[in-house]
Amino acid sequence: MTNVIRVKNLEKIYTDGEVETPALSGVSFDVREGEFVAIMGPSGSGKSTMLHILGMLDRPTGGQYFLEGKDMNSYLDDELAHLRNTKFGFIFQAFNLLARTSVLENVKLPLAYSGIVESEQDKMAMKAIEAVGLSHRINHESSRLSGGEKQRVAIARALVNNPAVIFADEPTGNLDSKSGGQVMEFIDKLHDQGHTIILITHETYTAEYAERIIKLKDGKIESDEKVSERHRGGFTK
Amino acid sequence: MTLRNTFKTALVGLTTHKSRSILTILGIVIGITAIMLVMSLSQGATDLILSQIQGLGSQTIIVRAGREPSGPSDFASIFTTSLKDREVTAIKNPALVRGVVAVAPNVIGSGTALYGSETKNASLLGTTPDILQALEIYPKYGAFFNDGDVSGRSSVAVLGSEVKKELFGESDAVGETIKFYDRNFKVVGVFDDIGQIGAFDIDSNIIIPVTTANQYLLGASHYTVIMVRVESEAVVEKSADDIRQTLRELHNITDPDKDDFLVATQADLAERVGTITGVLSALLLSVAAISLIVGGIGIMNIMLVSVTERTREIGLRKAVGATTGDILKQFLFESVILTSTGGVIGIALGSLLSLVMSIVLTQFLEIDWGFAFPIMGALLGFGVSALIGLIFGIYPARQASKKSPIEALRYE
Repeated sequence: MTNVIRVKNLEKIYTDGEVETPALSGVSFDVREGEFVAIMGPSGSGKSTMLHILGMLDRPTGGQYFLEGKDMNSYLDDELAHLRNTKFGFIFQAFNLLARTSVLENVKLPLAYSGIVESEQDKMAMKAIEAVGLSHRINHESSRLSGGEKQRVAIARALVNNPAVIFADEPTGNLDSKSGGQVMEFIDKLHDQGHTIILITHETYTAEYAERIIKLKDGKIESDEKVSERHRGGFTK
Repeated sequence: MTLRNTFKTALVGLTTHKSRSILTILGIVIGITAIMLVMSLSQGATDLILSQIQGLGSQTIIVRAGREPSGPSDFASIFTTSLKDREVTAIKNPALVRGVVAVAPNVIGSGTALYGSETKNASLLGTTPDILQALEIYPKYGAFFNDGDVSGRSSVAVLGSEVKKELFGESDAVGETIKFYDRNFKVVGVFDDIGQIGAFDIDSNIIIPVTTANQYLLGASHYTVIMVRVESEAVVEKSADDIRQTLRELHNITDPDKDDFLVATQADLAERVGTITGVLSALLLSVAAISLIVGGIGIMNIMLVSVTERTREIGLRKAVGATTGDILKQFLFESVILTSTGGVIGIALGSLLSLVMSIVLTQFLEIDWGFAFPIMGALLGFGVSALIGLIFGIYPARQASKKSPIEALRYE
C-alpha cells in the first residue's frame, strides 16, 4: 500500500510578539492509503495543531509534509485551497453547518468551489446524504436538526467530494453517547469503504474505532501503536 | 467559484438577514430617490420655462433697462432710466440696426381695475401697436389701439382674457368703460387666453398706450423694456449686436461691463435658464450625494458586523476549498447587491414621486408640467449605487478574506 501522508520532523512554533510557543517539535509518521488513524493526547499536546497542518489549514514552521508524495511547501495558498477542496473532507466538533440553510445546500458547499456543474453537484450531494441516511431531511434547515443528525450532515459534506483523506476533529465531542456511537459507526463505515481517516480525539473509546493510535505529548509522539482486533469497536460494540 | 455561484451565495447570505438588509439600504434608497426627484423636477422646470421663453419667438429681441447686478449693493444697475424715446428712435434707424421690422417700447406696473362693483388686481402694460407684431398676438374681440392713440395719449385699453372675465363675466366688454389707476379707460379690444409669453402673462394684463401710461399713470418718461422684432431668425444675433453697439455709442459706454441696458434673444434666455437650473440641480444633487455617502458608511458598518458574525462561516468555507479571492468576491457581491437593490428601489420611488408631483402641479396649480422619466438619472442612480457598494464593500470584504481558516473555525 502507498503512503498518502508522510510527515518528517514536523515543527510548529507559534509566535506571539516576543514569546515563542512550540506546539509540535519534530513529529514524523506515515499514513497508508485506506488507514484509520486516531491522534490522541491531552489538551496542549499539539493534536489540534497536527490536524490543522495535516488538513493544510496551516503551514508548519519546520520539517516536511508530503501529500501523495508532493511537498506541501511547494504549493501556493490558493493551491492549498484547491487541495482541501478536492483531497480532503472535514468533520468538526461543532458541526459548522450553515444555519438557516438546507441540508442539501450544506452538503453541496465544497462542490460550489470545485467548478462541477450544478446538476452534477445535486446528484453527488444526494448520494452523500443517502449514505448517512438523511434522504428524508434533504430540504430541512440544518439548524432544526438534532445534534446527531447535524454531525451526519457534516459527514455527508466531508464525503461529497470523494476525498483522499477525511479528517474528524473530536466528532463526538458535542454529542450524547448514543448519537456519538452512531456517528462513529458512520465514520467506521467510511473506513470500510476504503477512505483514509484521521481522527483527533481525547477519548480512548472513540479512538479505539481506529486501527492505529498515535499519542502525542508536548508536541512529540509518545507512542504509535496498532489497535488489536479485540479492542476495536468503542462503546457500542 | 463561478460568478453565478458567487452571486447566489451572496444572495443567500443577504436573505438570511432580511430585515437587517432592508434597513441597511434605506440610506441608499433615500439618496437615489433624491437624485431621481431632483433630476426629474429640474428637467420639468427647465422644460416649462423653456416653453415659455420659446413663446417669445425666435425673431424677438428684448432690450431691458439696467444690467445684471454685479453685487448685492449694485442698485444702480436695476433702477435706471436708460431707455427713453432717444433709444427707441435709434433702434428704429435702419442705418444703425439691421433687420428691424417693429419696435415696441413698454412700461409695466400694476393696479386695481374697476367696472361697476367688480374689481380686479391687474398688471399694467403700456405699449404701442408694434407689440402685436413683436409677440405675434392679436385681440379676439374689438381691435388693438392704433398709433394715433399712442401719439394722442388716448385713454383706451385692451384687456387680457382673465381681466375681462373677472370684470365682465360673460357679457361684452368692448365699448364699456373701466376705471384703472383712477382714470377712465374705454375698452377697445379683448384678448383670448394666451398664457405666459416670456415674462408677460398677457391674460392678467390691461394694455394701454405707453404714452398714456407714462404721462398720466406713472409720471415717467422712460421705458422698462423695448421689444424688437427682426425680419428673420438669421439676423437675430446681428441685430442684437447692432443694438448693443448703438446703445453703447449713445450712452458713451466703452466697457461692456458698464452697460446700462441688457439685450437678450430667445437663445440667450434659454441658455441662462439652463445655467440657473444647472446650478440648482448641482446644489441639490450634492445634498443627495451626502446622503449616499452616509448610506455607504452604513453599509460598510453593517458589512463589518456581518463579517465578524460570520467568522465561523468564513473559516468553514476556506476549509472546504474557498480561496481568499472567493471570500472577497462573496462579500463584495453582497454589498454591491445591497446597494444596487437600494438603487433600484430608489429609482422606482423617485420616479413615482416625481410622477405624483407632476400630476399635483398640473391639477392643482394649473401649470403645464410634463412628467419625463429621467433615463440619465436612472442610469446614474444605478451606477452610483453599485459603485458605492463596491467602494464601501472593499474594506469589509478584505477583512473577511484575510481571516485565517483555523482562527475563524476556533472563533466562538
